[in-house]
Amino acid sequence: MMDLGPHAGFIVGAYMMATAVVAALVIWVTADHAAQKRALAELERRGITRRSAESRPLQIKEPA
Amino acid sequence: MALIDLANPTRFVALAERVLPWLVAATAIAFAFGLWGTYLAPDDYQQGATVKIMFIHVPNAWLSMFVWGMMSAAALGTLVWRHPLADVAAKCAAPLGAAFTFLALVTGSLWGRPMWGTYWVWDARLTSVLVLFIMYLAVIALWRTVDDPTRAGRTAAILTLVGAINLPVIKFSVDWWNTLHQPASVFRMGGPAIDLSMLMPLAVMALAFTLLFVTLHLAAMRNEILRRRVRTLMLTQAERAA
Repeated sequence: MMDLGPHAGFIVGAYMMATAVVAALVIWVTADHAAQKRALAELERRGITRRSAESRPLQIKEPA
Repeated sequence: MALIDLANPTRFVALAERVLPWLVAATAIAFAFGLWGTYLAPDDYQQGATVKIMFIHVPNAWLSMFVWGMMSAAALGTLVWRHPLADVAAKCAAPLGAAFTFLALVTGSLWGRPMWGTYWVWDARLTSVLVLFIMYLAVIALWRTVDDPTRAGRTAAILTLVGAINLPVIKFSVDWWNTLHQPASVFRMGGPAIDLSMLMPLAVMALAFTLLFVTLHLAAMRNEILRRRVRTLMLTQAERAA
């Protein structure tokens, strides 16, 4: 076991905080991706698609 | 694929989908090496084991400024060249930059308590980084306040460029004013003042956090493009229904 000396609590606290924030960022990005994919699938299921998706898949004018 | 093709959001999403798995793997490997190097790094002769906080504090502090610098470049892309992905890049970088700045502040505070005897002092370096964190929150709030992405993008770009004035203040605050914070010890005239046994793991951890930013940023940009696609389709549907 690593000896972190008398200030181990500060060191462990810093690493735990970094782990928690990084995990939160990863979860946020992953969950957001799933949500957008779900929303697009739902719109497609209702027959709402981009006109360009039907004819010219790579010439889409996205909103600025 | 030419660089200009990336201006097309659909092509950008396709590229992101291809590149992301490789970036995730590279980030994981860099963190594995970085954390192993951190474990092996010797204690400092003055600070003891608390120097291990440096391996997460410094990369986050660097990224806090790097991300705002990147957002400033994107702001120019929005205002001057009107690049279709510039405001997407800026918007998606802001929460990540805020998180890195938050970590720099918190880990610095946890390092400061045993070394300086206090969690916080209102000196130039700490205060200017806190201002940077508040600026990140302001940009995020602005994006959430304005519905139209184009208008929000332009306003946020102006705020970002104004906030860029803070970057040299942060960098040189330790030289211009008296502060508890130590002066630059890596990027300085005469070379790094840190021993190689600590500099190497620090460099690998900095690379790991940078790769983490690139990965999350690319993924967040892909999500934002999809979100705008959903918004456009819903607006089209509403117009047809009206």
